[in-house]
Amino acid sequence: METSAQNTADISHLVTQYKAVPGGLLPLLHAIQAELGYVPDTTVPAIATGLNLSRAEVHGVISFYHDFKTHPVGQHTVQICRSEACQSMGSRQLEAHAKALLGIDYHETTEDGAITLEPVYCLGNCACSPSVRINNDIYARVDAERFDDLMADIKAPVGEPK
Amino acid sequence: MSIYIPQDTTALALGAEAVARVLQAAGVEPVRNGSRGLFWLEPLLEVDTEDGRIGFGPVTNKDIPGILDALETDASSHHLYLGQVEKIEYLASQQRLTYARAGLGDPVCLDNYQALNGFVGLSNALQMDGQQIVDQVKDSGLRGRGGAAFPAGIKWQTVLDCDSEQKYIVCNADEGDSGTFADRLVMEADPYQLIEGMTVAGLAVGANQGYIYLRSEYPVAHKLLNIAIERAVEANFLGDNIQGSGKTFHLEVRLGAGAYICGEETSLLDSLEGKRGMVRAKPPLPAIEGLFGKPTVVNNVLTLAAISTILEQGAEAYQNFGMGRSRGTLAIQLAGNIKRGGLIELAFGVTLREVVEDYGQGTHSGRPIRAIQVGGPLGAFLPESQWDTPMDYEAFAAIKAMIGHGGIVVFDDSADMAAQARFAMEFCVVESCGKCTPCRIGSVRGVEVIDRIVANENRDDNLILLHELCDTMELGSLCAMGGMTPFPVRSALTHFQEDFFVQDAAGPLLEEATGVSPGGK
Repeated sequence: METSAQNTADISHLVTQYKAVPGGLLPLLHAIQAELGYVPDTTVPAIATGLNLSRAEVHGVISFYHDFKTHPVGQHTVQICRSEACQSMGSRQLEAHAKALLGIDYHETTEDGAITLEPVYCLGNCACSPSVRINNDIYARVDAERFDDLMADIKAPVGEPK
Repeated sequence: MSIYIPQDTTALALGAEAVARVLQAAGVEPVRNGSRGLFWLEPLLEVDTEDGRIGFGPVTNKDIPGILDALETDASSHHLYLGQVEKIEYLASQQRLTYARAGLGDPVCLDNYQALNGFVGLSNALQMDGQQIVDQVKDSGLRGRGGAAFPAGIKWQTVLDCDSEQKYIVCNADEGDSGTFADRLVMEADPYQLIEGMTVAGLAVGANQGYIYLRSEYPVAHKLLNIAIERAVEANFLGDNIQGSGKTFHLEVRLGAGAYICGEETSLLDSLEGKRGMVRAKPPLPAIEGLFGKPTVVNNVLTLAAISTILEQGAEAYQNFGMGRSRGTLAIQLAGNIKRGGLIELAFGVTLREVVEDYGQGTHSGRPIRAIQVGGPLGAFLPESQWDTPMDYEAFAAIKAMIGHGGIVVFDDSADMAAQARFAMEFCVVESCGKCTPCRIGSVRGVEVIDRIVANENRDDNLILLHELCDTMELGSLCAMGGMTPFPVRSALTHFQEDFFVQDAAGPLLEEATGVSPGGK
């Protein structure tokens, strides 16, 4: 996934867009991640210079928040809710099943680069647990069987209905 | 004949989009309304008929042809027919103020909002000066709905009294507690109500800039809020010279980045400033030195939404709901292992048992209820002996529990409360901002000590150690994260001690070996 283009990614247009925004670092990091899929270390000096911060400050912010990734992630991010409401409906079994099915642990990506598995602490869908988020879509009442179906849908060729 | 199918997160998560597509294919363009919060019936399809607005639910795309046929002949013959939605007991018995409009129509339709008394509160506020608005809020008895229950009017008065060119209104929409979705439902079903409440707050204290700090786990709310703000600006309910009043209020949504601690108000402010979300020591209060060091009102979504009702109907009307010092209505969120989960808005004072048994109808699994956690991951686990406690801030505080943001998570008898206590500490490890030692290190040690207790290693000594650790966290932490993580831990130990003693001393922790919780389900 990591290409030389991303290693030397030009984010100057984004820095220009956000440098005058009060408290603009988080929106900028979100914008970089939306464009590149992650926030490469190589972009830190440009961010720091543009926002008049130290590189340490920028690094500190990136590392504080669970959302910001410093390495390429899979084409799809699958988040399993670990919070209490989902646990009460069997999310611990679901996460064990998901890890076994995908052959990866949390924060890891499948070998084919398709799926990154992440924990999440509450998707606000707690009356119909367990919940799973795949990219920007949230799914309710996900048991092992439904999880298998969702993963099969992800792997379906482009153009197939989800 | 209008047909409605919600665009709310839960409805979408249960297949509402597929339902909408089948309707469109059949030549029916559905109204994409918000949810009414009857999540056990989602996706809930509603139809305007001569007999009022009737419902079918929960529907799937496969049910649609049958429902369309039944509508031609006899709607009540369909097996998912619910009758008039507003007569469903779960909804009819509620006292809906904040959620009065939820689910009625397209949440971002301005005409719809105004037809349902929207912006009446704002136009009333535009006739008042700042002090008069603050007095209304004080008289209403409104207390912060985020969890801390601080009187909103007093906070506003502090900001109003500050002499500063620049002040801010910040909405805390970082609804991170498990078992809560009340903020999300407001933002997805009635976003203009929040916009209106924030604008009134700006007029009251003299702030011209507002921020909604929204958690990134809410993509649907993010989309709808941005559309609503854009339309409110176009219609001059936001921006410069609001409705010709000469008053200005700008509003912007800022996205969090997956940090539970940013629901704590000072950590939220640091995050809004573009920093790590580190908790600040108080004083100074955010009301005096808040965002970018300026006087700032930080209120929860529900608090600001209630402002619209108070300014529309008057402080006294609002004050007439509730009990004791808990005035108005409480947004109860019934979640977890529950048959009929959803949003229940009632005046303070209903008992927990009434909520889980009458509204919830017991567990989803059909097994007996064992424990109920109220108030999110920092709330105590309550055994059956405490379920008759009325939902009121003071009554809950008296049993060392908290209402918090109003979330109720039900566990059936397969729950392993030692594993839940361990999880409370584990969650604190993951989500602590790291500023103070009791929270940052105490939570790590807490996980280890609970593991030793469960493994029967020097159990008696470790039980003493766990209590001492909980004391240290409670008394020595800077904020509620470390200070209240002991609540679920201690309540599990007190009321469900047997779960800590099931493991054979020689055996490895099942969870470590398999990732499956011991005690199993």
